[in-house]
Amino acid sequence: MTPRRKRLWTLIAVLAGLGLTALFVSKAFEKNLNYFYPPSEVASGKAPSGTPIRVGGMVSKGSVVRAQGSLEVQFVITDFAKDVTVKYTGLLPDLFREGQGIIAHGELKDGIFMADEVLAKHDEKYMPPEIAKTLKRQPDGTPADGSAPAGAVTR
Amino acid sequence: MIPEIGTLALLIALVLAVLQSVFGLVGAHRNDAVWMRATSSSTVAVFLFVLLAFLVLAYGFVVHDYSIEYVAHNSNNELPLIYRIAAVWGAHEGSLLLWVLILSTWALLVSRLSKGLPDVFRARVLGTLGLVGVGFLAFTTLTSSPFTRLLPAPLDGADLNPILQDPALAAHPPMLYMGYVGTSVAFAFAVAAMLSGRMDASWSRWTRPWTVAAWMCLTLGISLGSWWAYYVLGWGGWWFWDPVENASFMPWLASTALIHSLAVTEKRGLFRNWTLLLAIFAFSLSLLGTFLVRSGVLVSVHSFAADPSRGLFVLGLLLFFIVGSLTLYAIRAPSLQSEGGFAPVSRESFLLLNNALLVAAAGLILLGTLWPLVMDSFNLGKISVGPPYFNTVFLVPTLPLVALVGVGMHSTWKRASYASKGRPLALMAIIGLVLGALVAFVCYGRYGLPLTIIGFGGGFFLMASALWQPLARLVRRQAQPRAALGMAVAHFGIGLFVIGVSGVASYKIEKDVSMGPGDTATIAGYTFRFESSKDVVGPNYLAREAQVAITRDGAPVAALTTQKRQFKIQNNPTTHAGIDVAWNRDLFVALGDELGAGKWSLRLQYKPLVRYIWLGGVFCALGGLIAILDRRYRGGIVEPVHPTDTETAAATGEG
Repeated sequence: MTPRRKRLWTLIAVLAGLGLTALFVSKAFEKNLNYFYPPSEVASGKAPSGTPIRVGGMVSKGSVVRAQGSLEVQFVITDFAKDVTVKYTGLLPDLFREGQGIIAHGELKDGIFMADEVLAKHDEKYMPPEIAKTLKRQPDGTPADGSAPAGAVTR
Repeated sequence: MIPEIGTLALLIALVLAVLQSVFGLVGAHRNDAVWMRATSSSTVAVFLFVLLAFLVLAYGFVVHDYSIEYVAHNSNNELPLIYRIAAVWGAHEGSLLLWVLILSTWALLVSRLSKGLPDVFRARVLGTLGLVGVGFLAFTTLTSSPFTRLLPAPLDGADLNPILQDPALAAHPPMLYMGYVGTSVAFAFAVAAMLSGRMDASWSRWTRPWTVAAWMCLTLGISLGSWWAYYVLGWGGWWFWDPVENASFMPWLASTALIHSLAVTEKRGLFRNWTLLLAIFAFSLSLLGTFLVRSGVLVSVHSFAADPSRGLFVLGLLLFFIVGSLTLYAIRAPSLQSEGGFAPVSRESFLLLNNALLVAAAGLILLGTLWPLVMDSFNLGKISVGPPYFNTVFLVPTLPLVALVGVGMHSTWKRASYASKGRPLALMAIIGLVLGALVAFVCYGRYGLPLTIIGFGGGFFLMASALWQPLARLVRRQAQPRAALGMAVAHFGIGLFVIGVSGVASYKIEKDVSMGPGDTATIAGYTFRFESSKDVVGPNYLAREAQVAITRDGAPVAALTTQKRQFKIQNNPTTHAGIDVAWNRDLFVALGDELGAGKWSLRLQYKPLVRYIWLGGVFCALGGLIAILDRRYRGGIVEPVHPTDTETAAATGEG
């Protein structure tokens, strides 16, 4: 093979490799991007049904309902404008509590959010940025700038 | 009064670090012997003053000095001593101090242990490290002083975040930081090489042990963190593709590529530009990790406070070092062209592929980690990239890598022949796959995931291939060159890791159940029986404790205890799982909430082969340690090798 031809093939191989990579990355990406919606957007119908999304907000006081002795739990999350009812079966994170910010991952079904995963913030003062932005200047006076010490979201 | 000593010590350290970088960089430029000697002395002095500051803070924790705000926020009268010491790095300010302490320790080690380096070169390395030190000391003193006073001092502290009150946590951050910060040494060597325009075999030989040492610490730190997340945070998961986990993993991938690329640069004088770039990437990714953790721009398990000014400061440092080093690279790289060729099948080719695949994996993980930030900043919506993306983009480049490592280990420089090795290797691969299929069908009774048998087979093949040459040398009673042995041990560890991951991913069973006393549930043939529960009082927490007995076919296997701890001050519950460890599986019980009607929620898990994930990490680190102890890294001045020198081509396995 002449050097010129060799270079041409190398170039073709590299381009093909890059193309394949781009194709495969975009595919992997497409399937795994989870959009976040605050309760207001869910209530106004902006959030899609039947595809995995995340919703987040504060757990409304007194909204946690559990069938006696069962793993099924239902609660309401709010951004103080609109509410969304969430259903979940399984263990809730350690810091799941009424009045705390949580993020749930799952799908909307007939206006109810069927969660397959619930994440809670890991510190009383910490606020996941998504929730903080949603709750900006809300009546309970929670600081929305996230100016709080160590904390984290965990499962 | 004592905390002010800490503040003062940090300020003095900052000034000394400025001196260290000026003496180092300018002194080397002017070739001034006095200045260059002063670099070493100021390196020692920086270390001593940072150490002093660190001890002052630790002392504050030990004696409960709540007039220090940081201590008041992260300690408590009832916090046990061991966690009071670990609390020094339990939050932002203190962990930054640890960062700086570790940086100055690396610099100290470089100045003490590299007597063989030419003075000019050593001065440049220390000067660059000094510059990094200036950046982070300024960051500490300007935005995050751990010695800020809180007056009047409270009588008691707010306690350490409960999830951090754990033995593995005492070791995880320091080890991880040793690795993170250790990449700055390779970076400093790269900058020194670019400044002096000299990059020969001896440069690689100086750089390699430091890079491997940092890589070793990073490996151990990540393994420890994964283990900690497994039993404290993650409800039995060992890796979550959390942004901060990614932040530590990307430098690991880059450093892994770097230690392989350095091998080529040392032995063959090739890939020089690429090696320099990798050194810059590894350090930049470490800085990026620091930025991601410190700025709170990403939601993560580990995120510290979201303080915009801190984020901006680290971003500034990040830009300074990346732009600065890349500019230098652009100026210098053309003069560092590599010469010499190699055949398509050669050790060089294998290492080139290794680098391409590792960097591809790092790049794709970087894309997934930063994409939510990009989307958010362009107001395109708030997204998160799910773990399946990361699993895919990680597996696709690394699976071929497993096969490449197994084969490539036995290649030779310039041109590799598999005339004598091809057959045994093919045999090993076939036996590995058969063994993998046997493990799947005989031990676990089913196929598992699409890649299960390939995973097991690849792991077995890699382990066999790694053991081949050391065993052959043993049989022939030949000496074991440490570098080759280290490489074999580390690759053996990768094999263990692959087998562990394949086992857990394919055959794990997780089940959430509602159980009351006397109830049983069965997973994977193990019957879990909820025996009883009771209240327990700990030093700084109250806990509900459940006893769970596990039997298999009526024979007792284990009696586990799991606790849900409610900490008195922070009012945060944490779960302490009960774990029964055996060579081939973990059984895992975590207590959830009281569900009413005398029932509790419990998470039961069966985790086959999960220990091999961390054991693999330990083997990798051990391999690194063995390689560092190789003879050729010791001793004094190494004779400079001419750039185009190709006689160093080694015949047998030195990676």
